[in-house]
Amino acid sequence: MSPTDDRVGVPNDRIPHDRVRDDYTCDLAVVGGGPAGVAGALTAALRGLSVVLVDSGARLGGQYFRHPPGAARGGTPGLDRFLRQARALGERAEVLLGHQVWTVTRDGDRLTVHCRTPDGRTVAIRCRDLLIATGAHDRPLPFPGWDLPGVLTAGGAQALLKGNGVVAGGRVVVAGTGPFLLPVATGLAGAGAEVLGVFEANGGLGLARHPVLAAGKAGEAAGYGLAMARHRVPYRTHQAVIAAHGERELEAVTVARLDADWNVLATRELACDTLAVGYGFVPQIELGVELGCETRQDADGMPVLAVDDRQRTTARGVWAAGEPVGVGGRYLAELEGRIAGLAVAGVPVPGVLARRRRRLRAFGEALHHAYPVKPGWQGWLRDDTLVCRCEEVPVARVRAALELGATDARSVKLLARPGMGWCQGRICGYAVACLAGESPRPPRRPIAQPISLGALAELDLDFDTP
Amino acid sequence: MTFQITIDGRAVPVEPGQTIGAALHAAGVRAWRTTRFGGRPRGLFCGIGVCFDCLITVNGRPPERACLLEARPGDEVTTA
Ligand SMILES: Cc1cc2nc3c(=O)[nH]c(=O)nc-3n(C[C@H](O)[C@H](O)[C@H](O)COP(=O)(O)OP(=O)(O)OC[C@H]3O[C@@H](n4cnc5c(N)ncnc54)[C@H](O)[C@@H]3O)c2cc1C
Ligand code: FES
Repeated sequence: MSPTDDRVGVPNDRIPHDRVRDDYTCDLAVVGGGPAGVAGALTAALRGLSVVLVDSGARLGGQYFRHPPGAARGGTPGLDRFLRQARALGERAEVLLGHQVWTVTRDGDRLTVHCRTPDGRTVAIRCRDLLIATGAHDRPLPFPGWDLPGVLTAGGAQALLKGNGVVAGGRVVVAGTGPFLLPVATGLAGAGAEVLGVFEANGGLGLARHPVLAAGKAGEAAGYGLAMARHRVPYRTHQAVIAAHGERELEAVTVARLDADWNVLATRELACDTLAVGYGFVPQIELGVELGCETRQDADGMPVLAVDDRQRTTARGVWAAGEPVGVGGRYLAELEGRIAGLAVAGVPVPGVLARRRRRLRAFGEALHHAYPVKPGWQGWLRDDTLVCRCEEVPVARVRAALELGATDARSVKLLARPGMGWCQGRICGYAVACLAGESPRPPRRPIAQPISLGALAELDLDFDTP
Repeated sequence: MTFQITIDGRAVPVEPGQTIGAALHAAGVRAWRTTRFGGRPRGLFCGIGVCFDCLITVNGRPPERACLLEARPGDEVTTA
């Protein structure tokens, strides 16, 4: 295959084509080109550090600033500013797009970040410091029919819209819990979808006193409320989608009224072609876990990387910012990136940044407390509801494993095989932990991304030739 | 400019920069593979490369994630 493959927008002028593998040496390697990673990389580069930033995506932006190629359309607030930062970064650092990091190895106080390009080349980045800014992915809960085409994660629907300009469907239902449902619903409605409703499983406050709107810190947040009203999108609290129906694709959902623990009180059917559903986020921390970083449990129960007030993890030379240290939105992610960039460069962190970080973290935690996942969802499951979509493991097999004596998620996995497929338990891990009656543990994935045997062989070679 | 790819010979329009998964989904093709055991239809789910539901065969190459793979003029998707 031609090495000039720009299929995912790999900037060819930055990559030497005459070698099978490319190597970089720098002060700081940053994994993740969202608000946290770009802010961290740019801040450090402006202080004179040599920086390489890697992202698996075709363009910088991460989840929030995902955008189509060319002139940025659509009104993601803050995008212009982000793109200016991204351009400034491109002038001062190596930006490797379309590069997926599958592992990081350590040799004394040097770290090596191993990446793979879409055309199968491996790239190694040797660095003294590493900033993990890998973001998060949606946290879905299983329910009958959730594997029907037409059922998307809330973030997936958002990514379709922001990155591709594709409206996920015609008649769309948005469901789950958390403030993220608002931008998803207003985005879809604004792009022409008929949004039949936002079903928030928690609540009680309703839209008017929704904490994000009530915080009123940005016109951006108030804008969601206005947009919901303008598009006449109903916002229903204490309601959830508990089943999806259809032959080969989604045709309808069952919406239920819930009690405070999410037990079903009453149900009705709603015809729709698309469901965007999400129950919070799963921070992507495996690179840090494999490097021995300590973790802590965030307010939403998720394991996150423990950092000090300079974003330093417990592993030497390893820093983390944004969602991997706790989900808190894009302002916090960017701020933490900046703090990490300063700290790596040895610059004291101004008190004003530290105070802002504490405030935003507290707000993030308050949101976690306002939008928890309640145990009643397990009552929505039927015996044949798939828990693990990859290995097609139904609830009945998980429960059988528990009856056989499996006492935690790990032994359930060994007996019933949920989480043994391609996604390595990313999608079902949270649900399996809940079913096993424990909190989710830090994921162990020595290989963060599926890679070819060839790349593994090259890594071995690498150890032989220091 | 809009261009075309095909799925089992049928033309699907693509806007530059769209992924194969997005183009298919936009064209109303919401499933392009079936699962190994249950033969269940699968298309996009997470949309960001995490779930591997969207695996797809393009130009006869080994399966790739349709939600990450940017479409190119003339790409041939096969589902069988
Ligand atoms: C699908 C999705 C959509 C979202 N949309 C919105 C939205 O519209 N509005 C909103 O307010 N919030 C949204 N969020 C929440 C969002 O995560 C945060 O607001 C914000 O983007 C977090 O910034 P970050 O820099 O921490 O991480 P991200 O923005 O997630 O950036 C992380 C980056 O790291 C890259 N990465 C991860 N692992 C690797 C690896 N192994 N190798 C190479 N690169 C890697 C990813 O490709 C990604 O670009 C969304 C979340 C998800 C999961
Ligand atoms: S839709 Fe999940 S990996 Fe493509």
